[in-house]
Amino acid sequence: MIRLEEVSKHYPGAATPAVDRLSLDVGRGEFVTLVGPSGCGKTTTLKMINRIIEPTGGSIQIDGVEALSMPAYELRRSIGYVIQQIGLFPHRTIAQNIATVPGLLGWDQSRIRARTAQLIDVVGLETEMLDRYPAELSGGQQQRVGVARALAADPPVLLMDEPFGAVDPIVRGHLQREFLTLQHKLGKTVVFVTHDIDEAIFLGTRIAILNTGGILEQYDTPEVILSEPANEFVEDFLGGERGLKRLGLLPISSADLIPGPMIDRSGSREEAERIMSDNGIDWIGVLDGKRLLGWVDRVDLNASGLEGVEPRPFAASLSPRSTLREALDAVVTGHARIAVVVDDGEYQGMLDLEVIAEEITE
Amino acid sequence: MNSVLGQSAPLIDWSWVERNMDQIVDRTWEHLKLTGISVGLGLLISVGLTIFVLRWRWAYPSITGFTGLLYTIPSLALFALLVPFTGLSDTTAIIALTSYTLFILIRNIVAGIDGVPEEVKEAADGMGYTRRARFWKMEVPLALPVIIAGMRIATVTTVGLVTVTAVIGLGGYGFFILRGLNTFFWTQLIVGVVLSVVLATILDVLFIAVQRVLSPWAKANT
Amino acid sequence: MGKGEYLMGIWDQFVDYVADPATWSGPGSFWIRLFDHVWVSVAATVIAFVLVFPMALYLGHIRKGSQAATAVVNIGRALPSFGILAIAFVVLVEMGAGVGTPWSILVALIALAAPPVFTNTIAGIQAVEPATIEAARGMGLTERQILVGIELPMAMPLVMEGLRIAFVQVIATATLGAIVAWGGLGRYIIDGFAVRDNGEILFGALAVGLLAIIAEFGFSLIQRAVTPKGLKVAG
Repeated sequence: MIRLEEVSKHYPGAATPAVDRLSLDVGRGEFVTLVGPSGCGKTTTLKMINRIIEPTGGSIQIDGVEALSMPAYELRRSIGYVIQQIGLFPHRTIAQNIATVPGLLGWDQSRIRARTAQLIDVVGLETEMLDRYPAELSGGQQQRVGVARALAADPPVLLMDEPFGAVDPIVRGHLQREFLTLQHKLGKTVVFVTHDIDEAIFLGTRIAILNTGGILEQYDTPEVILSEPANEFVEDFLGGERGLKRLGLLPISSADLIPGPMIDRSGSREEAERIMSDNGIDWIGVLDGKRLLGWVDRVDLNASGLEGVEPRPFAASLSPRSTLREALDAVVTGHARIAVVVDDGEYQGMLDLEVIAEEITE
Repeated sequence: MNSVLGQSAPLIDWSWVERNMDQIVDRTWEHLKLTGISVGLGLLISVGLTIFVLRWRWAYPSITGFTGLLYTIPSLALFALLVPFTGLSDTTAIIALTSYTLFILIRNIVAGIDGVPEEVKEAADGMGYTRRARFWKMEVPLALPVIIAGMRIATVTTVGLVTVTAVIGLGGYGFFILRGLNTFFWTQLIVGVVLSVVLATILDVLFIAVQRVLSPWAKANT
Repeated sequence: MGKGEYLMGIWDQFVDYVADPATWSGPGSFWIRLFDHVWVSVAATVIAFVLVFPMALYLGHIRKGSQAATAVVNIGRALPSFGILAIAFVVLVEMGAGVGTPWSILVALIALAAPPVFTNTIAGIQAVEPATIEAARGMGLTERQILVGIELPMAMPLVMEGLRIAFVQVIATATLGAIVAWGGLGRYIIDGFAVRDNGEILFGALAVGLLAIIAEFGFSLIQRAVTPKGLKVAG
């Protein structure tokens, strides 16, 4: 979808080029993250794709068309662009901001209105915000509008330059997750610049690790980069706890869950005692049919069983989509060295350290 | 109308300049005197008003409003109105010229003091400076670039206004402008204008130099 | 004569002057002078605007305006309006313009009005956040669309500020036109001064003062009207 061939940027008077003959291919629908230390040229590379910065060498093709063959402004109208400082137009309403590129392309008013209403919903904001002005919105809300604005004319490609950098970590996490879901749904090709390796790993289908001068050190999926870093530079850049980061990419697979010491609410005291002694523990998990209610301590059991006893919720609870890293963290945190897996309230099974270790070594 | 240009006479009659050199020097002194006293007096009053304003902030808008109002009064009108009281004298000119400097100077002095970063004041307090010491040792020196910029603006503006005092018999170089105007004598006219501009420029450059010397840490931006 | 009596004397002269019907009619009437004063002020401001605005827009847009703005302000300040007036007068009369015409004061006023308009326009354009411009460029707006659709609306408050400063200064300085035999409200001051009629001088001064205040007020209303809503909301 996007092909960079020997692309260079050499600023006049500079000793070395900012980007030196970089070649990179981005496939349709891919989410490619460009990461690297300051000065590696990742932002310069991104900005050459839509010619905010004009390349001094090489060629850039987007969907087979040479980017340099048309006026820059025309090229940019078919590419979505989201920057860190967002850059909403303060003197226009949210609706007018979003409608900018469709307006430039000459869409008719009703089509623009429909599209704007659709997009504000897609990015998770309320319709009544359309008539507000950027100054009235929070940073996180503004950036959502920024994304909506970039998607307005339905461009096949999105370029994003540290778009979530200017908001606080909690909001950032939300934006990352929501944007990833959005991209899966829309199938856009995304090139995303970040200096945060964790963000790159979380979002990218492929990561391009760049060194000073735009040198491509490794370009592969997160799994491969984490398990087989190409060289010392990449290793250093990935930082410590590489193994844990890898675990963050691996999902827990349902097949390896253990059933665990569970009893139905209607169960008897003897049954509970038996299960507890079989497992050598002082507690038992309580189910109501398929639903997980919690756990009960041995001393809280009364003569008949579980009547009138309130089960306590498990501290370490995971969903089937959790990663091994989350599982490890849960198991380490909880008192009982186990974590339960629950799918929308329905009990799936349990994980303990042994099971997790097996998964890891697979 | 006699056309001076119609003759083959040059634009500037240098012999006139030679003959009237002492007059030119006199007028130079007059121009400098009027400018200097007005700006100096204006500075004193402005500093006083500023100290007052720093203590009683609420007065600032009224003071700015009042000096702004004074500034809006056309110089011609102010000069003419003062004459019945103070006659065709330097005093008249100085009173009017001084009031024009107030608006510029107060604004700049207060802006300079206000412009001192909070962190600096806090650090000074933290180290144990008394309020007075902090004011004179920290705030005033740091405010100096802006204050001097204000003096620069006031001075150059005043040099221009002094020329108008020609209508009440003074004028400094404005005297030559008015005479040249009334007698259609190019030389006098040009001499008057050129000298005013030169004086204004020299003072402008001087102030910029003073600013740089007194505050080497400040970025030169004007 | 004590000061108090002096003041009363002036007040009497003033009242006499106002009461005199000749003040309000005939060739030297107040209305004519007011009209002349206002139209010359407006014309000077408009012409100055037309002359410097395009260049200011351009320099501001390419972000190279600061030096030019500073230079213009400094030069403008060093050139005395009276001087420009005198030179313009002599030149124009040599070229055949009549003595009582407004052209020389017009030239001087244009020179006076240009710097504030120039400087404030540049400041206004250059104050637009770089991120906003980059986002606009990245979306595919042409340079012209950016200037007209983004930078100009956002620069409006400062542009108006510059016009306001220019206009009010021009109104005050138009009084100098009376020195070169033109009319306008400065006429009262020059004539009154000549015959020691302080009432007349006071009349002229008050008239110009009131005019300046009205202009200030009117302009701040205009300023509020042209400020884009989005900027006002930001507070």
